[in-house]
Amino acid sequence: MNRSADVRATTRTVLKGGRVVDSRGEQLADVAIQHGVIVEVGARLTGDHVVDATGCVVAPGFVDLHAHLREPGKEEAETIETGSRAGAKGGYTALVAMPNTDPPQDSVAVIDFVREQGKRAGLVEVVPSGCITLGRKGEALAPMAELAAAGVRIFTDDGNGVQDELLMRRAMEYAKGLGVTLAQHCEVASLTKGAVMNECQCCTSLGLPGWPSLAEELMVFRDIELARLTGARVHFLHLSTARSVELVRAAKRDGLPVTAEVTPHHLSLDDTRLASFDTVFKVNPPLRSPSDIAALRAGVKDGTIDALATDHAPHPRRDKELSLDQAPPGMLGLETALGVALGVLDVDLVHLVRIMSIRPAQIAGIADRHGRDLEVGAPANMVVFDPNVTWQVSPDSLASKSRNTPYIGMTLRGRVRHTFFNGTATVLDGDAQR
Amino acid sequence: MKHLRSIDELGHDGLVRLLELTNHMVEVNSRPVPKVPALRGRTVVSLFFEDSTRTRLSFETAAKRLSADTMTFSVSTSSVNKGESLRDTVETITDMGVDAFVVRHKSTGIPWQISDWTNASVVNAGDGWHQHPTQALVDCFTVRQALGRERFDGLTLTIVGDIKHSRVARSNISAFSMLGARVVLVAPPTLLPPDVSHWPVEVSHRLDDVLGSTDILYMLRLQSERMSQGHVPNLREYAETFGLDAVRVGRLPSRAVLMHPGPMNRGVEMMVDPSTLPNSLIHQQVSNGVSVRMAVLFDLLAGESSASHLSQVAS
Repeated sequence: MNRSADVRATTRTVLKGGRVVDSRGEQLADVAIQHGVIVEVGARLTGDHVVDATGCVVAPGFVDLHAHLREPGKEEAETIETGSRAGAKGGYTALVAMPNTDPPQDSVAVIDFVREQGKRAGLVEVVPSGCITLGRKGEALAPMAELAAAGVRIFTDDGNGVQDELLMRRAMEYAKGLGVTLAQHCEVASLTKGAVMNECQCCTSLGLPGWPSLAEELMVFRDIELARLTGARVHFLHLSTARSVELVRAAKRDGLPVTAEVTPHHLSLDDTRLASFDTVFKVNPPLRSPSDIAALRAGVKDGTIDALATDHAPHPRRDKELSLDQAPPGMLGLETALGVALGVLDVDLVHLVRIMSIRPAQIAGIADRHGRDLEVGAPANMVVFDPNVTWQVSPDSLASKSRNTPYIGMTLRGRVRHTFFNGTATVLDGDAQR
Repeated sequence: MKHLRSIDELGHDGLVRLLELTNHMVEVNSRPVPKVPALRGRTVVSLFFEDSTRTRLSFETAAKRLSADTMTFSVSTSSVNKGESLRDTVETITDMGVDAFVVRHKSTGIPWQISDWTNASVVNAGDGWHQHPTQALVDCFTVRQALGRERFDGLTLTIVGDIKHSRVARSNISAFSMLGARVVLVAPPTLLPPDVSHWPVEVSHRLDDVLGSTDILYMLRLQSERMSQGHVPNLREYAETFGLDAVRVGRLPSRAVLMHPGPMNRGVEMMVDPSTLPNSLIHQQVSNGVSVRMAVLFDLLAGESSASHLSQVAS
């Protein structure tokens, strides 16, 4: 039976018995929603429909700054609908769609298409990012003003770093005038040609071409200095090294408008995993050393890292069955992010909600409707998760179209129970409603 | 032993077992009819995705002398760029009923991936920069034979050249260390892996400094593409600084032996004709290749009753 019929937006739904966690802190309270917004917060609320949240955290829905939804172009791996469903199951109410589609998101037509497909699926808000450069080729600026006028608030060539210093300076100057954010994939390409894994003792023994940390850090440093020069807002995607965290920490100390994200896999898996020669562990940037992992966790704890972002990167089986040097990088992330984060991060629940919802919503420019405090009048974009339940990741449990995740078979602590998007339940008791 | 993919997986005892078994195979190969029925009914497939003459022929000869049936699947690197065809190929051949794949591929890790796709044994005949375990077995056997000793304690193996991109070096560092040798690597830093501090080796950047204390001089092949990739300025300079010429031969102790995995780049790492050097083991390396690979295939495929099969071989 499909229970979503009972939880229509017009119904007054009460989330009962949960712990409300948002930027103001924690409180035990019921939350009533109707017509897509929060209508009451308090004790002993009643409604037409009651959803149990006992023992659970009730928080603003998660926002992923970094999701590869693969549509248009690679629907074999994921579609906007399947990616949205995976997001909803992971507690997300908004996903920033990365622009490395085919065709890429460098025109209003493609941006509109991605947003419309998101609306058609209706499971999360799909927020298209725009390309910084045409075709993500790093040669000429994309029509950023047109894209901004079409609603784009965050631009990136993700998958590629913008290599040319002058072009990046121009992009920052231009972005400052538009009031948009540039998100950089930090990778100096000449240092990573043919690279497969972190450059370390492990790659020495495995005979796999090494990917030096410096390739990331050089570009982090360059863009911090360009931000200092231009005043543009810069967001650093998927930071992976200790020195990158240190550079961002120093830039923030200087008051520069920079933000940064880290992925669940860079917080939880180290480079020795490659010794299995399993391509599921090939990601960009590569899994790093245990000391990098420790520095990333410390960066999250002290606020240097603003956001947890999944870099959800679905690939069909046949692509991941190539050799390590030929297989595309990336792993799934949306459905396991919460469980991984709770397992590895030493932060309280308010901080967890800050990095998974509040800060990413601000960085994506959607803080008017996501990542908001749960108060009367706020859009009912919410997640209800049990932070203590343990569960084993199984292939059958995943809503993504792909299965390239190393967390299959692992036991995680913390799982999403319900997700509400604009007042409608997209997930109830762990099951996607559509 | 199910697979032979790396020296570290093989371990010290496995290494010694295969070297001892090789002695029996040398005896078989010395007979007027060098063929035994040990692997009759077994099928060995060579799956070579990278050009190789001597390794492939050596494996196929080894299989035939043990009376195994052989199949060859040879693909030039250029025509294979889709891995799904690799899995399809492996599964298709597996369905025909084969007992072992002998695999060479330019990509590190392929033998491990293949062993996930088949229940047959996998022998690594060279994967990327990673491992070439049968070459290390050949080299250890050849040194044992030439020097008449089982362990290499007190001996110094000096490996010269492109260590970074060399699967032969990685396998030999493990194998010779297991047998007690001191291992010295000689290369410019551009041709060394990023961090060898955890390897049981010493490193020098000057060949002339270490020749006098060398017992086994192992010259690696320098591929000309290393020049275009900026690892060395040009081949002439490499030959001058790391090539073996008559003067450097004169600096070696008289007891020292010379090895090379082939094929040689004459005029680059080899400025002398090794056939003029009395202590060159290069021909023995090639001729021992068949016996070593017979030992490997026998060990993998003769099954639980390998001890009784051994009597067939040894009789």
